[in-house]
Amino acid sequence: MSKALLYDSTICIGCKQCEQACARQNNLPYDDTIAAEEKESAHKLTAIVTRGDKFMRRLCMHCEHPACASVCPVGAFHKTKEGPVVYDVWKCIGCRYCMAACPFSQPKYEWGSLNPRVRKCIMCPDRVAAGKQTACAEICPTGATKFGDRDDLIREAQDRIRQNPSTYLNRIYGLHEVGGTCVLILAGVKVEGFGYPASEKIGDTPMPEYTGRVMERIPDFIPVWSLVLGGIYWISHRRNEVAAAEALQEARNKDKTNGTVR
Amino acid sequence: MKIKLTFWKAVFLAIMALGIYSTIIRYSKGLGAVSNMNDQFPWGFWIGFDCLCGVMLAAGAFCIVGAVYLFNVEGLHSVVRPAVLTAFLGYLLFIVGLLFDLGRPWFIWHQLIYMNPHSVMFEVGMCVMTYTTVLFFEFLPIVLERFNLKTPITWIHKFYPVLIVLGILLSTLHQSSLGSLYLIMPSKLHPFWYSPALPFFFFGSAVAVGLAMTIFESTQSSKAFGRQLELSVLVRLGGALLVALWVNALLRFEDFFHRGMLRQIVKPSYEAYFLWLELALSFVIPITMLSFKRIRLSPKGLYLASVICLFGFITNRLNVSLIGFETYVGHHYLPRWTEFSVTLMIIAVGFALFGVAVKYLPIFPKEELVNERPTLPETAVSMGSPILEHAGD
Repeated sequence: MSKALLYDSTICIGCKQCEQACARQNNLPYDDTIAAEEKESAHKLTAIVTRGDKFMRRLCMHCEHPACASVCPVGAFHKTKEGPVVYDVWKCIGCRYCMAACPFSQPKYEWGSLNPRVRKCIMCPDRVAAGKQTACAEICPTGATKFGDRDDLIREAQDRIRQNPSTYLNRIYGLHEVGGTCVLILAGVKVEGFGYPASEKIGDTPMPEYTGRVMERIPDFIPVWSLVLGGIYWISHRRNEVAAAEALQEARNKDKTNGTVR
Repeated sequence: MKIKLTFWKAVFLAIMALGIYSTIIRYSKGLGAVSNMNDQFPWGFWIGFDCLCGVMLAAGAFCIVGAVYLFNVEGLHSVVRPAVLTAFLGYLLFIVGLLFDLGRPWFIWHQLIYMNPHSVMFEVGMCVMTYTTVLFFEFLPIVLERFNLKTPITWIHKFYPVLIVLGILLSTLHQSSLGSLYLIMPSKLHPFWYSPALPFFFFGSAVAVGLAMTIFESTQSSKAFGRQLELSVLVRLGGALLVALWVNALLRFEDFFHRGMLRQIVKPSYEAYFLWLELALSFVIPITMLSFKRIRLSPKGLYLASVICLFGFITNRLNVSLIGFETYVGHHYLPRWTEFSVTLMIIAVGFALFGVAVKYLPIFPKEELVNERPTLPETAVSMGSPILEHAGD
C-alpha cells in the first residue's frame, strides 16, 4: 500500500509552516529571506507559491514510475514500497540527468558546492517507514497537506469535489499524470498557473516508457547486429579469398600450359 | 633546441592559459561559479558541445573502419589511421570533458558497480568506455609499428575481425543512444526536435559527420603537415557524404511530415530561425554544392561542403540540447566565457596531440612514400626500405 500526500489548495492559508518544518527535518537553514523565495532550490525542498489570494504548494510529486530513478546511470534514486522516491548521495556521480528528465523539474542542485548533491523532497522516508506522517503534514494547521494511503486520499479527494463542486475544479492533479503520483493536488484554479506542467502536455504515460521502448530492444539488437556485421565481414573477405584462390589456380594453369608448350 | 613563437603557438598558449584559469575556478568554486548552468538548465554547453558534438565528430573511425575492413572497400586505406587517431583522441578528450561536467567526477567509476540497466546514460557510458578500449587496440599497432615490435602486432591482427565488429556494434549503440537520452523529455524539448526517431537521427548524422570529418581532417593535415592529398579518396568520401546527407534529409522530412510539423516549421519563430539555420547548413547548402560535379571533384569544394555540413550538424546537436529547451524554461541560456574556454582548451589539446602523433607515429606512411619518391635520386628509390625509415624521421 503506497502512502501519499493530498494537498488541498483551497484550505491552504499560506502560513508556510510546512516550509519551516521541512527545513528543520532536512537540517536546512530557514529565515525570512528564504521564506520569501517562492521557488524550490537545493536549500528549499518545498515552496508555497502565492498568486493574488491563492496559494499553491510545490514539491517533488513522488511519481509511481519516477523518471529520475529510471534515468540515473548509477541508480541513485529509487522508489520505496511506501511511496517516497529517495536519493542515495553516495552513488551519485553528478550527471544531472535526473534534473533534465523530471517532468516537474523537481530535483535541484547544489551548484556552489565542491561535492554537490541533488536535492528534492524525499517525503521523510524515515518517518514514513516508522509509520509516522511527513513533517509537513504533521505541522499543517488547517489540514491542507494530509498524509495517508494513496487510495484513501483519492477517495477523500473525490468526496470533497462531490460535496463542494463550486469550490473545486473537477480534477485531481497527480491521479493519472505521468502514470500517477504520490502527491495529489486539489484546487479551485488551474495548477498550471503555479508552474505545474499541463496534464495534456505531460500525459498519462509513465515517463520510463519513453526510453523503455528503445532500451528493451537492446538485448535483442546486440546479438542480431553482431551477427549481421560478422556476416558482412565474412562475405566481403570471403570474396577476396575466393578471388585470390582463383587467381592462384589460374596462374598455376597458365604455368602448366606454358610448360607443355615449352 | 630553439622554440619559435609562431602566431598559432601564441594562440594555443593563450587558450591554454584561459582554460587552466577556468579549470582552477571549476575545481575550487564549483559548477555554479564556472558555468551559467542552473536548476532550469542542468545541462549546458559542456553536454551540448563537448559530449554530443564531440562523440559525433569522432564518428569518422567507425565509418571508415567499417567501409575498409567490414565492407572491404578498396582504396580508402590511407585515411584509416588518421580517422582512428582522431576518434581515439576524441573519445579520450570526451572523457576529460566529462570530468569537468560531472558534479562528482571522482565517483565516475560508480558506473561499473551500481549499474542501472534501464538508464540510457548507463548504456552510453558503458559503450563509450568499451569503445575507447577498442579504439586503443585499433590504435596500438601504429605505436607498435613505430617501435618495430612485430609480434604483438600479429597478435592484435588475429583479433582484428572481433575488434572491428565490436567497434561498429558499440558505435551504433552509443551514437544512437545519445539521441535516446532526450526521449524521456517530451514535455520539455521543443517539438521541432523532440521526435521518437531521435536515435535514428543521431546515428544517421554521426555517419554523415564521420565522412565529412574525414574529408576535413585529411585536407587539414595535408595543409598543415605538407602531405600530398589523395583526391580520389576525397572524391569517393564526398560521394558517400552526399548519399548520407540525402538519407538524413529524407528521414528528417519524413519525420516532420509524419508529425504534422511542416506548416509550423515554415512559420517564423525563435526556434524556427535556429531550425532553418540547421537545415540550411546541414542539408540545403552541402547537398546543393555536392550535386555539382565541378565542386564534388575539387578538393576545395569538398573541403568547404564538409565544413559547412559539420557546422550544420553541430547546430543540430546544440538545438536539441540547448535551444530546444529555452521555451520550456522561459529564459535563454548562454554559456559563460569560462565554459567556452574549457571547451576551447580541450579542442586545442586535441589538435596539439594530433600534431604530435602525426610527427612521431606512422599515421600517413603511404603518402610519405609518394611524396618522397620524385625528390629522391633514382638509385635511392631502388633501395626501398631505407626510404621508409627516413620517412619516419
